[in-house]
Amino acid sequence: MTRAYASMLANALLLALREIRRNVMRSALTTLGIVIGVAAVITMVTIGNGATAQVTADISALGTNLLQLRPGQGFGPGRARASAPPLELKDAEAIRADVAGLAAVAPSANKAVQAIYGNTNWSTQVAGATNDFLIARNWQLDMGRQFTGGEVKAGKAVCILGSTVRRELFGGADPLGNYIRLGKLSCEVTGVLASKGQSGFGNDQDDFVLMPLRAFQRRVAGNTNVSVIYVSAQDGVSTTKVQTDIERLMRERRRIGPGEDDNFFVRDMREIVSTLTGTTRILTALLGAVAAVSLLVGGIGIMNIMLVSVTERTREIGIRLAIGALEREVLTQFLVEAAVLSSFGGVVGIVLGIAAAAGGASLLSVPLVLDPSIVVLAFTFSAAVGVVFGYFPARQAARLDPIEALRHE
Amino acid sequence: MTGGALIGLSGVTKVYGAGAVAVWALRGIDLAIGRGEFVAVMGPSGSGKSTCMNILGCLDTPTGGAYRFAGVDVGELSRDQRARLRRGAIGFVFQGFNLLGRTSALENVELPLIYRGMAAHERHARARTALAQVGLTGWEHHTPAELSGGQQQRVAIARAIVTEPAMLLADEPTGNLDTARSREIMDLLTGFNREHGLTIVMVTHESDIAAHARRVIHFLDGRVEADGP
Repeated sequence: MTRAYASMLANALLLALREIRRNVMRSALTTLGIVIGVAAVITMVTIGNGATAQVTADISALGTNLLQLRPGQGFGPGRARASAPPLELKDAEAIRADVAGLAAVAPSANKAVQAIYGNTNWSTQVAGATNDFLIARNWQLDMGRQFTGGEVKAGKAVCILGSTVRRELFGGADPLGNYIRLGKLSCEVTGVLASKGQSGFGNDQDDFVLMPLRAFQRRVAGNTNVSVIYVSAQDGVSTTKVQTDIERLMRERRRIGPGEDDNFFVRDMREIVSTLTGTTRILTALLGAVAAVSLLVGGIGIMNIMLVSVTERTREIGIRLAIGALEREVLTQFLVEAAVLSSFGGVVGIVLGIAAAAGGASLLSVPLVLDPSIVVLAFTFSAAVGVVFGYFPARQAARLDPIEALRHE
Repeated sequence: MTGGALIGLSGVTKVYGAGAVAVWALRGIDLAIGRGEFVAVMGPSGSGKSTCMNILGCLDTPTGGAYRFAGVDVGELSRDQRARLRRGAIGFVFQGFNLLGRTSALENVELPLIYRGMAAHERHARARTALAQVGLTGWEHHTPAELSGGQQQRVAIARAIVTEPAMLLADEPTGNLDTARSREIMDLLTGFNREHGLTIVMVTHESDIAAHARRVIHFLDGRVEADGP
């Protein structure tokens, strides 16, 4: 019985393939909707996954286990920022002393300046910070050295260049030991940072100059304000716990009574990562859904053309029935035809989709993250579309009366 | 030469529609056709001969009366059982050839064997033999569009006889052909009848075509009006 069924399926496949070969143009047009649908799904989802991976990589490059403490109330409507008192160096010392499990505490402030070397100048940011900044923000030195303890304490005018500033001011020349001017301050170059390149948000992360915080406060900013304290937790330490510890400590230090709103905020970078990847995932899902709709439309296209072809092939079906084809043999033939066409369309769509995704990924400079499960899913779905949408026309064909069908012009 | 009765119709009626609009296509047909006979069916259009052919070919079932084919009561069979009977025992030749377009002569002839589930090599061999029997050796890979009307009808005959049926039903097989081609087709059919004992029932309008048969049945108004050599 199963063997008879297998042989019937093999026969249906043979007849379906002969039928497809008989009308290549019609078959190609039938398939087109599926090709486009599958290609769209694969392209959208693959590029979306690439974007998610890119965002995640960008943000982890900012630093791992990183928390930022800033004055104000974060972003959003009704949040007072200007009125909040600035942070101080002492806040950083207090955090370092009171909160357990920290790898680095890096108070930092920054200001836009004009950097000048010889007759080249470059407008950039200068950041005042300590060596902990390098740990917290995950910076590696390309050449030179960190600040010495003496330089940090004494507030000596030394600086480490971001690779963009180094390129713009020195070109290929060795910058170490040379003096550059930051506004009115002359400053010795002691190191150069390794490049991180562009961030996912499109800004150049390498475009800044780093100098000791005390020197920055005294000689560039002219005040003792700290605009942000970067806190890096040790591996295995919960950033959530560190965050609540810092919040408790800061409420104490800034004398915020119970029931009063914080005038500072702590942001966990991992939250940003999860928010952003969540956003890109939703976008990916949306694009995928739109593409899936086009796949569905492709399926309806198959049904449409199969229905037309049943009418057009009425006489042929009559011949088959008269010759002795069973109802289910005609049904199976039409179903197999639809399934073969849509699966073939699925394969072509997968190839096109991967090609388009590769092209799009290199164009948008995101990594190509090909998810095999989406390929399998798209193929299965396209084959299923053929069977589901092919069934109605196939049944129409199988139920024809052979006498009527033979009379059909 | 004439064997036992292959076909037996007794009191067969066929009514289309019901009540006041009912049309009686057959008003009671009694007919027996033995194995090896060559019968021509004649009659004006509307005489019921096409309806009768559809019933003989198991494409349709009678409204009343009984049709026995090789001892089987066709009226009792399901649609699929009749399809199995057709693929096993009946070959069809039509006026309009009814070949599959854009399909080679060989594949057209193979078609009924595919539905029988025959293995590929045996199928090819038998289809080639059938094409040789109708004189189309060398034309196996031509499509209907590349063949003349006479050749197309010969492909259709090959398709009908490739299953070695008990009966061949031909519905005006020469209707679309000129006199010379008609003679060739009739010679072929006569040959199959004489040499292989193939039972043939053929509808025709032309008495010189009917003259090839050894028995002529005239239909009129849904009844057999005359039956004889």
